[in-house]
This record gives sequence, C-alpha cells and structure tokens, in this order.
Amino acid sequence: MKKIINGIESVEEQMILGLVKSAPTKLKKLDCGNVVVRARKKVGKVALVSGGGSGHEPAHGGFVGEGMLDAAVAGAVFTSPTPDQIYEGIKAVATEAGVLCVVKNYTGDVMNFEMAMDMAKDEDIKVDYVVVNDDVAVKDSLYTTGRRGVAGTILVHKIAGAKAEEGAALAAVKETAEKVIANVRTMGMAISPCTVPAAGKPGFELKEDEMEIGIGIHGEPGTHREKIAKADDIAKMLLDKVTADLDYQGAEVVVMVNGMGATPLMELYIVNNYVQDYLKEAGIKVYDTMVGNYMTSIEMAGFSVTLLKLDDELKRLYDAKADTPALVR
Amino acid sequence: MAILTAAKLKDIILAMAKRIEQEKDFLTELDNAIGDGDHGINLARGFKAVEGKLAGVEAQDCGEILKTTGMQLVSTVGGASGPLYGTAFMKAGVALKGKGELEAADLLTGLEAAIGGIKMRGKATEGEKTMLDALCPAFNALKTGLDSGQDIKAALVEAVHAAEKGVEYTKTIIATKGRASYLGERSLGHQDPGATSSLYLLQVLQQEI
Repeated sequence: MKKIINGIESVEEQMILGLVKSAPTKLKKLDCGNVVVRARKKVGKVALVSGGGSGHEPAHGGFVGEGMLDAAVAGAVFTSPTPDQIYEGIKAVATEAGVLCVVKNYTGDVMNFEMAMDMAKDEDIKVDYVVVNDDVAVKDSLYTTGRRGVAGTILVHKIAGAKAEEGAALAAVKETAEKVIANVRTMGMAISPCTVPAAGKPGFELKEDEMEIGIGIHGEPGTHREKIAKADDIAKMLLDKVTADLDYQGAEVVVMVNGMGATPLMELYIVNNYVQDYLKEAGIKVYDTMVGNYMTSIEMAGFSVTLLKLDDELKRLYDAKADTPALVR
Repeated sequence: MAILTAAKLKDIILAMAKRIEQEKDFLTELDNAIGDGDHGINLARGFKAVEGKLAGVEAQDCGEILKTTGMQLVSTVGGASGPLYGTAFMKAGVALKGKGELEAADLLTGLEAAIGGIKMRGKATEGEKTMLDALCPAFNALKTGLDSGQDIKAALVEAVHAAEKGVEYTKTIIATKGRASYLGERSLGHQDPGATSSLYLLQVLQQEI
C-alpha cells in the first residue's frame, strides 16, 4: 500500500482537520470527534445533518456551509460513524425548528443514525430523517436491504439544504428531500479498486482489461464484470439502466458525472461529451451539469452518472445560493 | 449452581477480544468477498477499546460488565456490526443486571436477550445470512442440552457445534440483509463474516467455561 498519510490511526482526524483548516471562516471541527459543523451556528432554521464513513471526500464534510449541511459526521474509512458521534453532531446544530438527518441506505448507517436519533429524542430534540437510495445497480426488493445511497446524496444536500435555508418547517424540508430522492437515479462503474488504509490491500481485484459495472462507493462488488469498453459504450450502458428505471422523457434534468477518486477530469469530460449527446437524442433536456469528484471511493478509478428530474421547486432550490468548500453557487 | 463469577465473565470477554484480534485478517478477507472488507478491522478496534474500558470496571456485577462492553462496542466499532454486537451485549447486560455470578440458566437468559437485541436492531431473522445463523442454532442447542439434563460444558460443546453448522449453512444461502444482499446469487458459496465472528465468540465462551 502506497498512500500519502502519517499513520493509519490518524487518517480520518487529520483529513477532517485539514478540511476545516482549508476553510477556517466557514467550518469548525467539534472537539469530541470527527464532526464538521458551520463555524457560526445558524439558528431559526431546520438543521441538516449528514455523514457516513470517510473515504468519500469531499462528501460529506466538504458540503457543510450556507445553503447545504449544518453538520457532517465522519466515521472510520468506509464505516458508518457511531451513534454517540452522530448524536454530538445533531446536538451541536439542533435548533427549535428541528433537525433533518440525510442518511445513505446502508444497514450500518441506518442503524447508527436511528440509535443517535433515539438519543436526541431523549433530550427533546426534534429530529427526523430521510434515506437516500439512488443506486439503480442494486435491486430494490424484499430480498435486499434496498438500493444503496450514492452520488445522488449530494443533490439531496443541495436542494434540501436550500429549502432549510429558506426557513421551511421540518416537515416541508423532509418532503422536499424525499422529492429529490424519488426523482434521482445513479449508476456507477470502476476500472481499478481502492485500498482501505487499515486493510492495507485492495478490496477487490480487476484484471488489466476488466471493469466492474454497478459498483458501490465502498469498492463493494457491482452487478457484473466484463471486458473494458470504450467510454461512450460504458456511459451508454449506465445511462440505459438509469433511464430505464425512471421516465425522464421530456423532463429537465441535472446531470452529475461523478469521479470515484482516481479518474482524471479528462476522462470525466470524455464521458460527459457522450452523456450530453445521449440525453439530447433521448429527448431529455439538460438544465445543468456537474462534472467532478463529489462522492468518491478513496482512489478507485471509475465514475457514476446521476440524473435528477426537476420541477419548478427543485430548479429554484438547485439554483439557490450555496457556499461550501466543495460546492459554491 | 453458579458456573461463572463476574471476574470470570470479565476474563471471558478479554479472551474474546484476543480471539477477534487474532482472526481480524481472516474476517476482513471474508468481508472483502461479499461486503466492504472491514468486519475484522472494525470489530478488533472495538474489542481493543473494550479491553481498556473493562480494566477500570470492578468485577462485581455481570450485568454491568456486559453493558459496559456493549456501550463500548457501539461507540467504537461503527458500521453495522457495532450497533448489532453492542446492542446484543447491552441487552444481555440488562437481562443479567445485579448478578454477581451466573448459573447455566442465566447464560440462556443472556443469550436470548442478546439475540432478541440483534433481531430488533437489525430487523432480521434466521436464514438471511447473518450472525443470527450462528447464534440462533447455538442458543437452541444450548437450551435443548440443558433442558435434557446435560451439564453446561457438554451443552456448550453442542452449542458451538450447532454454530459451526450454522456458519457452513450461510455458504448455501443468499444474503437478504446487509451489504451482501446487493450481490444476490453472487453471495452463494461465501460464508458470512458476521456468523463467523459470532462463532468465534461462542467458541471462546465454551473454551473458558
């Protein structure tokens, strides 16, 4: 394993400290753990709290700030944060208006957030949550834990964050978050694996000419493996799955071409070049496009494509001001 | 008749911590195949914290020792196994609160409470390729053994045997809970890391009593 770190034990904390030091007027870290909050607590609005394992940078700490999150709780690499840490995050930003937690649909994340919310409720904090499950690679059936939450989560942060910033009530912010979740779909792929520092070796192996389709953001295996194809063919494969899952015909969408960590922007732009042509051909109107690393898997090479179907409310909130280290609008 | 004291229970949990540390890499390897490859790492981190915490706990109340263990696991493991094992130990702690020593029947009570906690927190049942596939058969075997008059040592040997079979069984079924469920049929042939770590904990219990 070759990584630019100081030690396996210090990875998460030093990452959080470095993030906060990159934006000292906007962010601060709680003393009690790896929790990032806004430098100045915003009162009089619903607070948005998210989190998850580390290794997805800039998610989630990079999206703390005006118009998006109030707190982000970082667990160990690829491991959900613990209930006491999440609780500290909730407590630090809670307002009279309440707290909405944005949780990605993984067994551990959901359980730890549920336990943390129980603790918060015992302290009379008004708290509710939504679960993001945008990954169409995973079957959503009685026989699975349900779809995973992946890159679409960033759009939930953006839009629900804007709704909260407007001063909407907890129920209304939740409703908007759920509208985003109902209209966002993602599918990803990888051409090389990633290494969790504490594990010291890659989570899976891919041959020189292989790619994994439908991969999750923790290097967990996807739907299948096949021989690597041209960028356009890969993008088509992912888009076919995404557009088969939700009717985007005639709709306006936000497109996100998200890098998994080690994919050069050059390749992401090559993908986006095809994505735009595909959508035009399919009669889907692009309202805005985001290309970059938003929800990564350490140094995995690969990308995901996300489509969010918009209505007037979602457009307005998507365009609203955001001022965070990783997203400014 | 008492089968173990609070001091012995503390020793057993410390022995569990050692065993998990020894098996860390293997558990992680199992998790790499069908999960996200952190089960051994996370559990070892948690049990290491438990070692430190238990050093400062007086060995008087079995319930207190179990509860402290559970709370420490919840706050240090993370992922899914933290809340699950943490809840299991905490529930066993509540069930055995105030007991300075345990009888065979208490072991059943504690194990039943622990399993109940895992089912509640994980919204899971047997046959879904989880730790329950080791724990439930072990509980049933222990209960059958004790009910039919076996002594605790013999009954625990049966319980571990049942858990081993349970782990083998997880190779033959598709995961419907947890991260392995995303794989559908591709989870076939792999043994469940959670069932495996549960087996290790039961083996330590059996060896130490």
